[in-house]
Amino acid sequence: MARIDLIVRRAKLDGRDVDVFVSRGRIVEVAPSAKTLEPGDATVEEAFGLMLLPSMTDAHVHLREPGFEYKEDIESGLRAAAWGGFANIMCMANTRPVNDEGSVTELMLEKARRAWPKGPRLFPIGALTKGLGGEELAPMAELAQAGCVAFSNDGVPVRSTELFRRAMEYASDWDRVVIDHCEDPYLGVGAGVNEGAVSSRLGLPAQPDVAEALQVARDILLAEYLGLPIHLAHISCRKSVELIRFAKGRGVRVTAETAPHYLILTEEYLEAEATEYDTNAKVNPPLRTPDDQQALFDGLADGTIDILATDHAPHAAHEKETEFDVAPCGITGLDTALSVTWGLVAAGRLSRQTFLRAWTTGPCAIFGLPVNTFTPGDPADFFLFDPDEAWTVGPDTLHSKGKNTPLCGAVLKGRVKTHFIQGKKIV
Amino acid sequence: MKWLHKDLLDVSQLSRAEVMAIFETAGRFQELQQRPVKKVPTLKGRSVILFFAEPSTRTKTSFDVAGKRLSADTFSLAKSSSSLTKGETLKDTALTLQAMAPDAIVLRHWCSGAARFLARRVECSVINAGDGRHAHPTQALLDSFTLHQEWGELAGKTILILGDIAHSRVARSNVLLLNMLGARVRLCAPRTLLPPQVRSWPATVYSDLSEAVRGVDAVMCLRLQLERQQDGLLPDLREYARTYGLGPRHVELARPEVKILHPGPMNRGVEISSGLADCADSLILDQVASGVVVRMALLFLYMTRKGE
Repeated sequence: MARIDLIVRRAKLDGRDVDVFVSRGRIVEVAPSAKTLEPGDATVEEAFGLMLLPSMTDAHVHLREPGFEYKEDIESGLRAAAWGGFANIMCMANTRPVNDEGSVTELMLEKARRAWPKGPRLFPIGALTKGLGGEELAPMAELAQAGCVAFSNDGVPVRSTELFRRAMEYASDWDRVVIDHCEDPYLGVGAGVNEGAVSSRLGLPAQPDVAEALQVARDILLAEYLGLPIHLAHISCRKSVELIRFAKGRGVRVTAETAPHYLILTEEYLEAEATEYDTNAKVNPPLRTPDDQQALFDGLADGTIDILATDHAPHAAHEKETEFDVAPCGITGLDTALSVTWGLVAAGRLSRQTFLRAWTTGPCAIFGLPVNTFTPGDPADFFLFDPDEAWTVGPDTLHSKGKNTPLCGAVLKGRVKTHFIQGKKIV
Repeated sequence: MKWLHKDLLDVSQLSRAEVMAIFETAGRFQELQQRPVKKVPTLKGRSVILFFAEPSTRTKTSFDVAGKRLSADTFSLAKSSSSLTKGETLKDTALTLQAMAPDAIVLRHWCSGAARFLARRVECSVINAGDGRHAHPTQALLDSFTLHQEWGELAGKTILILGDIAHSRVARSNVLLLNMLGARVRLCAPRTLLPPQVRSWPATVYSDLSEAVRGVDAVMCLRLQLERQQDGLLPDLREYARTYGLGPRHVELARPEVKILHPGPMNRGVEISSGLADCADSLILDQVASGVVVRMALLFLYMTRKGE
């Protein structure tokens, strides 16, 4: 038997008291808690009955470095990930310069290694087109060799269906999945509020749900025609969920994500007196209706929506403290995702099984990333979690540089106490 | 009535009793307009900043006249002469204005929600003189005041709002206020100029003007922004004028002595025929006169509110 170098004692795993044995960064055994233990040379971490959860994977974050380090840099983004329960994060390409060359990918990876040598692990997503311009394919072979795990034009959807088709084909040569930001290029682009009764009353330019669903339909049809996989980012509405469910029924290789903010907020938030026009809730796609929200819960429950992703989009305070029309879209999410979604599990709106699939096995299966299911041989990526610890969301409690969240001031329950990646304590 | 509100962001903040108090106060100021010296010292020593980040002639002048007739010092600031053109944020402009310690700021801004944004950041009263497509409470109050002067009571009257509802802050505030005062509201516009889910509004929606105007007591025409054609919302102005422009043949379908209103500035021959704009039942210039006294009432109530 391999030499045990870490033992986590008396942790609560799925209701059972367990001891976890780790050797050289991998799980060796998860056993019922022993009354006495001979640790030998191993480090012992006493869990005192804290909950043990596998580290999560976030397939959709914006780390802003290079180019916008004042919003977030790789060090601060990984810090938020570490405290947020994430072992793996995938970062989008809309940096400056855009991640459309191997050297940019390598820079990101080098910065991550220097800042957080033990993890969390960073997995860059390369641009689908040069400069995200939607005119020429990005050098995906070079990007894949440099370490990009997927390709996306997130933030600036590709207008040309022909080019998008070619991008899907070319990416498939390198065994990489294309992630699409589904937004019709003409219907209410980047409006930040759902088109409907609320936008009408507030008098804001708005985006209808069909702007998303039209592109979802296009992508599904292309994926079926080409026989290639497609991953649909930040799904927000019922129409999209129904199209994806239909496509999966036909065997189309489509996967999809939604973000925690769509599960806890609706467009009505923007109309409440205390939060009217709150730019912290301006996101793209926008917050939708309660009916859309219910469809997302149903989609998660039946697997139509495969995974959760934060779409972590940090912005500086001064950028959000402005008129609604002018403010950039995005919510900071790495710090709050776990508490928010575990809260949904506690409230009975998400099953524990769905939570684990959506944050761990699901994204790792889609993008080929390491995952811990507490099976011998799995990477020892896990954290100890106090589900009852209450904390107030605010500038002092968020590790990300981005403080732009409508949850600011809210009291959430659940905190990461200790986080191990490959058996090494990172926080 | 003790006035407790700090800001006027939209008519939805007001109760019916408060609206009546505004009308009553405005009615008292009407008498002042007839005097040779149209000025009282009520707000002497108080200062009002008129911050118009979007072009305006009548609203700005109306507030200016209203303030001066109450002896307040009014200071005008336009976008072109403000630091907004140098890239200053609305937050910094707000803090700068706040530091000058005005008693009220009257704000016109092209973004919906801008007045709310400002009101949260300054201690003085903020009066919304139009924010984006969201609200124009003083226009709605002066419109209703004009009709109130004419009829005494709006309850039971049917009023048609005609034109570009989708982009109109005037329409939004008027729908709320007219309903509060017991009027029945009709809306008429091509589908492209109606807001999404407009049928959830407390109004009956029409696309046929002849049908919409039948039996109404008043028609409020809205200004058509000529660039809507470029936005792809209209085929051309000629077709709009033929289909949705208010003309004499429509007035015949309405009640006798139907009142015609328009917030101005008008595109004569587009949304309204020139003859109707100038006819005996047109209240368009009455609206301008009402605007001054309603805004005097508002400045008076907000600047002498409890705690002042």
